[in-house]
Amino acid sequence: MAQAQLPVGTPLTTPEPEHPQAWKWYDYFTFNVDHKVIGIQYLVTAFFFYLVGGLMAVAMRAELATADSDVLNPNLYNAFLTNHGTIMIFLWIVPAAIGGFGNYLVPLMVGARDMAFPKLNALAFWLNPPAGALLIGSFFFGGAQSGWTSYPPLSLITANTAQSMWILSIVLVGTSSIMGALNFVVTILKMKIPSMRWDQLPLFCWAIMATSLLALVSTPVLAAGLILLLFDINFGTSFFKPDAGGNVVIYQHLFWFYSHPAVYLMILPIFGVMSEIIPIHARKPIFGYKAIAYSSMAICAVGLFVWVHHMFTSGTPPWMRMFFTISTLIVAVPTGVKIFSWVATLWGGKIRYTSAMLFAVGLLSMFFLGGLSGVTLGTAPVDIHVHDTYYVVAHFHYVLFGGSVFGLYAGIYHWFPKMTGRMLNEFWGKVHFVLTFIGTNLTFLPMHQLGLQGMPRRVAMYDPQFESINKLCTIGAFVLAFSVVPFLINIIWSWSKGPKAGDNPWGGLSLEWTTASPPMIENWPVLPVLTTGPYDFGGPPEDDDDDSDFDDE
Amino acid sequence: MEQIPGSILTLAAGVVITLLSLWASQQSHLFFPEQASEIAPLVDNLFGIMVGIAVAFFFVVQGAIVYFMIRYRQRPGDEEDGSPIRENLPLEAFWTAIPAIIVIFLGIYSVDIFQQMGGFNPGDHAGHAMVGHKHSAAVVAQAPDMNMTSDVPMLLAQADTSAEVGFGASPENVGKPPDVMVDVAGMQYAWIFTYPDSGIISGELHIPVGQDVQLNISAKDVIHSFWVPQFRLKQDAIPGIPTELRFKATKPGAYPVVCAELCGGYHGSMRTRVIAHTPEDYQAWVQQNTVANAPQESPVLLAQAASMTPENRMVAGHIHQMGITPETLAQLHP
Ligand code: HEM
Ligand SMILES: [Cu+2]
Ligand SMILES: [Cu+2]
Repeated sequence: MAQAQLPVGTPLTTPEPEHPQAWKWYDYFTFNVDHKVIGIQYLVTAFFFYLVGGLMAVAMRAELATADSDVLNPNLYNAFLTNHGTIMIFLWIVPAAIGGFGNYLVPLMVGARDMAFPKLNALAFWLNPPAGALLIGSFFFGGAQSGWTSYPPLSLITANTAQSMWILSIVLVGTSSIMGALNFVVTILKMKIPSMRWDQLPLFCWAIMATSLLALVSTPVLAAGLILLLFDINFGTSFFKPDAGGNVVIYQHLFWFYSHPAVYLMILPIFGVMSEIIPIHARKPIFGYKAIAYSSMAICAVGLFVWVHHMFTSGTPPWMRMFFTISTLIVAVPTGVKIFSWVATLWGGKIRYTSAMLFAVGLLSMFFLGGLSGVTLGTAPVDIHVHDTYYVVAHFHYVLFGGSVFGLYAGIYHWFPKMTGRMLNEFWGKVHFVLTFIGTNLTFLPMHQLGLQGMPRRVAMYDPQFESINKLCTIGAFVLAFSVVPFLINIIWSWSKGPKAGDNPWGGLSLEWTTASPPMIENWPVLPVLTTGPYDFGGPPEDDDDDSDFDDE
Repeated sequence: MEQIPGSILTLAAGVVITLLSLWASQQSHLFFPEQASEIAPLVDNLFGIMVGIAVAFFFVVQGAIVYFMIRYRQRPGDEEDGSPIRENLPLEAFWTAIPAIIVIFLGIYSVDIFQQMGGFNPGDHAGHAMVGHKHSAAVVAQAPDMNMTSDVPMLLAQADTSAEVGFGASPENVGKPPDVMVDVAGMQYAWIFTYPDSGIISGELHIPVGQDVQLNISAKDVIHSFWVPQFRLKQDAIPGIPTELRFKATKPGAYPVVCAELCGGYHGSMRTRVIAHTPEDYQAWVQQNTVANAPQESPVLLAQAASMTPENRMVAGHIHQMGITPETLAQLHP
């Protein structure tokens, strides 16, 4: 096929005088089309929103330290809750993992000079700041208050202007994510250097491929649901108005058809990050390359058929409850395969205790716990009891914080030298890790108990019997908030003054380590030719020409 | 260490982990509030089994992680790579098969529990149509505004009020009408319980222990969710879609009724109680309230309810703040 569109080994035309070899700081504030600039723009913007969403979380936890509603009034609590969830998902994890790491790394990893459609790429990024502005601006109109799920009829009757702004904001990020997904698929399919066989494609790229396919299928459905909601709020239609013949449960189907896969949109790229970091820092080939690549695809396929597990207590008929119980349980299998493969990768390694590795291994144990509670939630009889309680809050924070945020941190410690040409301070990295690990467990572990005992979620005031456990969670949240401080200082200081990194500080074998740190514009003076696979640690590359599964068409 | 063969150590670890997980699954009920319905033990057992499996997995996986991190750490001065192991098909097949078998087992087991809970039979209540009809007429005459089940068909232009979702008759009760029926209406921020047979309207749910109770759940304004943690039962109250819960309480006592679905600012305060009486006490309560349910009580309740229509949501919120809760409603109602 037509992969060889870029001439291999042909030097770039000699740089013209006006063609710079590195970007200046102000280039990061422009409509720059370089995938590396865009990747960093995504990461920095997303991290900013992470801090905003984190502040909201701390305010909520402060409110929840006591049973009464004393710090925030209940409507404000709901606005914080809604925007915290929305920001964390749509403006932090998804843009950072897919937009940030995906844009920065995919072209570098497949040996391309840029993404397939650079302008589309920049456009996709520039949809994010207005989306964030809309969301934060909605606070001047009372803030959307019906949760990140925004179920009607509640979303139809509270704070209409704010709710409309919320919808527009999500539609903007959804559009951005469709543009990005399209770009990734084409880039990986068409711009991979010809000498790279499919089984030499870094697992991160496999993960981004699976993620993009999923985003292309599911995002339009969410957009459809939200636009109908917008019409109901503003233009007098009644798709979801029960007293005018609308059906509120249809909205839930449309919403979760996207938003359950969205969970995989958040976690699959992180799985990819894990598969890059663990082998390098354990100095071993990844164990079960094919199993990991295939399981991404399996998660992507099965993941499209589990959404109703969010609706077990809603208007869901019996057969659906059972069908989706079983499909949900099945997703545990490919996910388990990945976890076992990473653990096996540690076996027989020479493990470096770098900050990146600590976060990666921390992710393994936290995500594993979140997965176990996920299995209990998958079975309808247990879910009926704990749905919409703090048990669920505990579960998804283990997966999202322990899984996604730990992975993003691991990725930042790992690729920061490549992105900036400077090393992060390892000591403060470890302090950051220890504080984050303790904080996350202290905040979210006790919440399982709260939920099982009877505390519903999304409440500003609760039964006083739960107060002591809630105090513990609030202390944990303060530890977590504090844990960001060493990280931020480390980043800011190291970016300007950190020790120089060199091209390949960790001894990685994938292509991004073959260029300078930070890479020049257009990535390589001469396009690289593959000499090793990405995971050929500890010996000569394995001769597996006989296996045909991944060979090019 | 040298003398003890690895297989014996593995075996010993296996035995310890098995015992631990068995013990954990025995203890798992400690996480839950007391069991006060017939199905509560079923749910707790399913959860207990999963806790057992999870504990075993937890020790194996976390144990492996911690052990590998220590055993295979880089020693000072050792700059070599680890061993180039890439795959091991039998091992991978093994750890794909084990979770697959476990989840298939859990899947079948949960379908079975679901069946015993009556999950497959919502809408199965021979005689409901008749009873329903009777009560509609009675309540319409008495308290038109309160009657959810008569609004719903009007709104949806459909005559059938029988719910298709929720929990219905348990297998041994299929085809039998329930012993007690209560209409449950959720509204911001209160639950209103109406007894079609006696016309009682109450802010607290009273039920007899040991009898088959059916709740016909509806919502006036937004989605609410009816949850009694001690019964392990939850069902959303959805505007426009009738739902039901059918169950048997097993222990006399008062338990919280919690709203579990975000329904507005005061969602957290939408709490009331369910009181499970012995059958005699229950009869006494019905007697007392049927007699007392003279027209003069209704206006109080209706006034209260009227202030909670969607237009007056905020008022309702403030009423909450003033301490007028469903409990107060019930007290207004001797
Ligand atoms: C700083 C650490 C964090 C703390 C202390 C925290 C705390 C909370 C709290 C208290 C709630 C409200 C629970 C409720 O009232 O039901 C919540 C909800 C939520 N959080 Fe976090 N959170 C943190 C980080 C995150 C992260 C990193 C993510 C995801 C990437 C996340 C995603 C969510 C979501 C999706 C919701 C649900 C919002 C909703 O119900 O509409 N949180 N969090
Ligand atoms: Cu409610
Ligand atoms: Cu509620």
